[in-house]
This record gives sequence, structure tokens and C-alpha cells, in this order.
Amino acid sequence: MSQTQDWPLFEIFVRAKSGLDHKHVGSLHAADAAMAIEHARDLYTRREEGVSLWVVKSSDIVASDPRDSDALFTPAADKIYRHPTFYDIPKEVETL
Amino acid sequence: MYTQSLNEPSSRPVEALDDAERLARFQARIDAEEKIEPKDWMPDAYRQTLIRQISQHAHSEIVGMLPEGNWISRAPSLMRKSILIAKVQDEGGHGAYLYSAAETLGVSRAELIEQLLSGRAKYSSIFNYPTPTWADTAAIGWLVDGAAIMNQIPLCRCSYGPYARAMVRVCKEESFHQRQGYHAMLSLARGTPSQRRMAQDALNRWWWPALMMFGPPDTASHHTGLSVKWKIKRFTNDELRQKFVDFTVPQAEFLGLTVPDPVLRKGDDGHYITGALDWSEFNAVLKGNGPCNAERLRERRTAHDDGAWVREAAIAHAAKRSARAVA
Ligand SMILES: [Fe+2]
Ligand SMILES: [Fe+2]
Repeated sequence: MSQTQDWPLFEIFVRAKSGLDHKHVGSLHAADAAMAIEHARDLYTRREEGVSLWVVKSSDIVASDPRDSDALFTPAADKIYRHPTFYDIPKEVETL
Repeated sequence: MYTQSLNEPSSRPVEALDDAERLARFQARIDAEEKIEPKDWMPDAYRQTLIRQISQHAHSEIVGMLPEGNWISRAPSLMRKSILIAKVQDEGGHGAYLYSAAETLGVSRAELIEQLLSGRAKYSSIFNYPTPTWADTAAIGWLVDGAAIMNQIPLCRCSYGPYARAMVRVCKEESFHQRQGYHAMLSLARGTPSQRRMAQDALNRWWWPALMMFGPPDTASHHTGLSVKWKIKRFTNDELRQKFVDFTVPQAEFLGLTVPDPVLRKGDDGHYITGALDWSEFNAVLKGNGPCNAERLRERRTAHDDGAWVREAAIAHAAKRSARAVA
């Protein structure tokens, strides 16, 4: 049994239809980006799930660390004045 | 995407939290129905349980292509052949989704394939039964994919994000598998006397193995406790089996076929009561002594070995192209 190394891992993003963002759907192994597109077509769009594909080498993705989540994301929670609902406007003022 | 980053050594000081506290926080997240994602802290036993379950699941999809693949070249019509090819291709896709989900836990694809081919990994025992007639492909779609759906729908809400997302994708496709199987079964059941006999014979052979797909009875299952606590598993083996029986018996009746269980009856509560399952057979098949265990592994190994030069050539070709692009 020959024990070859895995092909590189690619992350796959599919645009379901024009007008929508590309959305992450999963990953697959391919020798290069061109093959990743071909495999992604077979693996993630067998039932017209998409009209466009992005493939990105997984090792090229830089992700935030879950341990930084508090520092990165919770400060927004006490800035409720950023939301329109924070402001009480008299009823008489319309279309605001 | 997460495999590489998981393997990177952490550059930060070891967290001050002790394991008990981290475990408590982890369980609180699970209890609050939060999903666990690849880079989140998780107890090692959770990680190992998932690697085992997801990879066994992936192996089952891949080995599951063989019994039906046996009939692609001999399907009775072009339409049935196209359907069967699409179905078997889906199963290969399910294997790929699931291997990817397992890889987010820090195990490599090559390692998982090696575990399957060396015979160390388990896969669903159902695929070690033979498919001697066309009706077997129909019965597999109806019963085996039907049982798989019962098992898989609750997994769409599994606490581990990548597994849950893979299962959503799988479940969308499984419905086609079950319906095409029942449709093929219906054609046989409404066909000539010998076609009806063929359909009945397939039901006779697949009924009990399909019931055993849900795993050992709750009284004998080792994994259920923690898996339920961690929301990897939402229902017990017996609960899912009961649901399957309740759904399937009327479907068999509609086909005009007889479920091969002489003591099967409907209880006062509306649930069917089946005869006893022969677990010694299940265990024998699981241990490798089923009718096709050796053949299935041999076929997988041959396919893997025959594909080796393609995998190597593709890498060499990619390396050459990227060298040329740089030059
Ligand atoms: Fe499947
Ligand atoms: Fe299926």
C-alpha cells in the first residue's frame, strides 16, 4: 500500500446565485487550485447549489483565536448607542 | 480550514484555568445549545469520540458505495442506471464531507484512510452483506438509507459545528436515496410474480440487518452516556430503531410485502413490537466475519493502490506548473 502524502487542503466558497455573497461550504483536498475548482464543482454543486466558486488554500487563511473573542468582540456590547433603537424620538417626528 | 492552525504550537502562555473550570465552561456552552467550533477548547475525550464517530461514518459512506456500485453496469434501464450512478456519487461526496469534518479535529486524511485500509477502523456492518439481485439496490435505498436518515437527522443538531453542518448537507441528499429506493421497490412489487418474489427476498435479507444499523440495545451500549451529555447523540439506539420500525412497516404493507418477523405486532400504544434481534450475528459481522468483510476491504485497497500513481502524478504536475509560474 503506497502511503502518499495528502494533497493540500482547500476551503471552498460558493455563491448560490448572483447578488449573494460567496459562503463557506466546507473543504477538500486537491493538488492545486485548478483541481480544487473541479473537485468543488463535483462535491458542492451537484444540484445547482452555486453559480460561482472561490477556492482558498486553508493554510493561507488567518483566523482570529477564540481566546481573543472577549477582547475582540465584547466591547461592542456596551456601545448600545450605536444602534438606532437607543434613541427615543417623540412620536410627532415622522419618517425618522 | 482549521487543521493546520490546530497543529501549530501555541505561542501564548498556558492558560491559568484548570481543567475542571474549563470543563465546566465547556459543558455550560453545550447545555446552552452553543456549537463547539474547531479552535475552541474541548476535552480530549470529546475530540477522540468525535474523531472516532465521524471517521467511522465517513468510512461507511465510502465502503457503502461498493454493494450498490455492483449493479451500476447491470441496472435494468438507462434511467435506473443514471439514478444509481448519482446515488453512489452522493455517497462518495458524503464520505468527503465527513472526512473534512474529522480533519478539523486535527487528524489527517491519510491517517484516516490508513485506519480503514489496515482494517483497524470500523464501518457500518450493513455493507458487509452481498447484493446478489437488482432488488437489493432497491431495498438498500429504501431500508438502509431510510435507517441512515433516522440516525442522521438528529446529528444535524450535534454540538460540534463542522459535523452538524456536514450532516445538514448529507440529509438533504439522503431523502433522494430513500425515495428512489422505494420507487424501485414499488416497480418490482407491482411487476411480474418473479419480480415480486425478488422484492420479497430482498426485504427478507435486509430487514434485520437494517434494524441492527441502530447499534446495540440501550442496555448494552457503552458510548451512549457521554455522547448524550455532550449532545453528540440526541436519541438512544432503541428510540431511533423504534421510530424506524414504526415508519417502515406501513411502507412494506403498502408494497404488499411481508416483513420477515412472525411475531411483529402493533402494541396498544400504536408502536410496533418486533421479535428479538440476533445480536450474535451483528457482533460476528462487526468483528469481520460477515459475508463480504474481506471482499469490501480488498476492493477498497485495490482502488486505493490503483489510484496511487494518479495522486502522485497530480502533485508532480502541480509542482511543475507552479515552478513554471514563478520562473
Ligand atoms: Fe450517505
Ligand atoms: Fe445514502
